[in-house]
Amino acid sequence: MIGATFVLALREIRRHLLRSFLTILGIVIGVAAVVTMVTLGNGATEAVREQIAGLGANLLQIRPGQGFGRGGGGPPPRDFQLDDLDAIREQVDGVRVVAPLAQSSGIAVRNAANWTTTINGTTADYFIAQNWALTAGRPFTAAEEQAGRAVCVIGATVAGNLFRGEDPVGQRFRLRDVACEVIGTLASRGQGGFGADQDDVVLMPIKAVQRRFTGNRNVRAILVQVDPDYDKAGVTAAIQGLLRERRNITGAKQDDFNVFDTAQISETLSGTTRILTALLGAVAAVSLLVGGIGIMNIMLVSVTERTREIGIRLAIGAIGREVLLQFLVEAVVLACIGGVIGLLLALVATVALAPVLQVPFIFDPGINALAFGFSALIGVVFGYFPARRAAALNPIEALRHE
Amino acid sequence: MTTAADPLIRLRGVTKTFGRGPSAFQALRGVDLDVAAGDFVAVMGPSGSGKSTMMNILGCLDVPTDGAFLFKGVHVERLTRDERALLRRRYLGFVFQGFNLLARTSALENVELPLLYRGEPPKRRRETALAALEQVGLVEWRDHTPAELSGGQQQRVAIARAIVTNPAVLLADEPTGNLDSARSVEIMELLQDFNRRGITILMVTHEPDMAAYARTRVHVHDGRIQSQGLAA
Ligand SMILES: Nc1ncnc2c1ncn2[C@@H]1O[C@H](COP(=O)(O)OP(=O)(O)OP(=O)(O)O)[C@@H](O)[C@H]1O
Ligand SMILES: [Mg+2]
Repeated sequence: MIGATFVLALREIRRHLLRSFLTILGIVIGVAAVVTMVTLGNGATEAVREQIAGLGANLLQIRPGQGFGRGGGGPPPRDFQLDDLDAIREQVDGVRVVAPLAQSSGIAVRNAANWTTTINGTTADYFIAQNWALTAGRPFTAAEEQAGRAVCVIGATVAGNLFRGEDPVGQRFRLRDVACEVIGTLASRGQGGFGADQDDVVLMPIKAVQRRFTGNRNVRAILVQVDPDYDKAGVTAAIQGLLRERRNITGAKQDDFNVFDTAQISETLSGTTRILTALLGAVAAVSLLVGGIGIMNIMLVSVTERTREIGIRLAIGAIGREVLLQFLVEAVVLACIGGVIGLLLALVATVALAPVLQVPFIFDPGINALAFGFSALIGVVFGYFPARRAAALNPIEALRHE
Repeated sequence: MTTAADPLIRLRGVTKTFGRGPSAFQALRGVDLDVAAGDFVAVMGPSGSGKSTMMNILGCLDVPTDGAFLFKGVHVERLTRDERALLRRRYLGFVFQGFNLLARTSALENVELPLLYRGEPPKRRRETALAALEQVGLVEWRDHTPAELSGGQQQRVAIARAIVTNPAVLLADEPTGNLDSARSVEIMELLQDFNRRGITILMVTHEPDMAAYARTRVHVHDGRIQSQGLAA
């Protein structure tokens, strides 16, 4: 009987194509919305996690000021000095490498090509701390760092804009007024957590940047790679204590610098995107429910419209249970078809949107199965009431129905 | 418990009351009726006399308010709704005044419908339905929907659907009510034909010309059987 009922349901759906399509529209949109939201959300979470994991899991960043911005009034917090780095290196246990960062920017010119970029002054330890490989050439030597020579390692974006496919290593270009020699090129990292192009950068020995670009001996940030055998919180506390002492912050006075744990930022950020994903998914799920009510609505109209048909079936000898089954199967088949169309739509939408939103496309079988199962369930739940009504009809009255 | 002497259908003191209280209306007021297997009965009587009400009870679509209805010795008034449906499926065929075919459904699919509920396999279903269409002379029209058929053709499809299961009884409530006299004669000849092949027929009609095809006539008046006798 189930097989025959299935045939009947499919026939009925085919016979009323437009009505069937309108019936399932809500389910189609609901399923497509849920799956698209969750898939893109998962992609965003993954993207954030990957980017920050790329920075290195054992990386601490020390910046002047509290929080991300400077905030509040008063004098701007002091930058660090190179001897702060020496102190950390010598006095804090569990520190692997310590790299300084001095930042400036300027226009880079070579022949007819020019490009405005970020200039980062640092040491060879930076490449280790950032876990950033070179595709060609070499990092700075200790002698170059000591002398502050104008040698540079350039990011992929700068290389592309200045050298247009030529091998940059060994070539020269002008950075503001300074003639620089390219000694290496960085592996491409793409966009950072906040959309900035990480490859748009020129790295030079910090002494060269201080002397020729920033004009002072300040260090804007310190990167510390912690030995994985040591407790990160302990190392962080030791650095905080040391810097308070060196910066004469005593008693209850607040730090005027901040030590960030990048892994923790990663957790916070991906936690946020996860919550957003759940919220968007929930909103979409509500639309799926509305789609189910749409099915019930049309099925109820359909029962009234087909009262005479039901009367004929009952007179011919259909028992109530079979009429119920027919309408129920019809609703479930409709809902499932809606679910499948919704999934296909979501697939197309996510594949198309992922590159635009710069998140990876991650196919999640779980959410696809869940959305499909849910649409089938909606078919059962919202199909049951109209089906029961059809099955309970009195055959004589149904036959007389106009 | 069936004995050879039992008629196929037996009504004893059947009443049917619609509504309750002061607005209650007694459509059948104590009907006794025996129909032997193989009979062709024409039920006649004025409008509102209770013919359709009686036919609905005989067709197991409705139950009497009081009295007994025995079909093959079984008390139908004691059966559940589903048991009556199974009884209709197994033994009864229906032809209605308004044809009552499924819209947008081919003649063949309409005729197949009762077989579907009997759970016959698709191939057998198709063969049996085609044979039934053949008997009413509409094989070439098998793929046409009711909207593409004339009234007479629709009623013949309905007859094919009623006899496709080879029922014991065919019930027809004014089967020619919507047809002109030429078409009506065609239908009556078909019914007579099936009656000769052993199907018991109960038919309501207003027209004496149509009643003439029956073997037995029953006159209903005010919810009672007034006379039962052989056709002239
Ligand atoms: N469901 C119902 N509820 C209330 N009254 C009903 C119902 N069905 C029939 N009746 C009444 O019962 C009486 C008999 O009706 P029935 O349909 O049996 O008449 P009929 O002999 O078939 O008439 P016609 O020749 O016009 O078809 C009528 O007065 C009708 O109004
Ligand atoms: Mg009537």
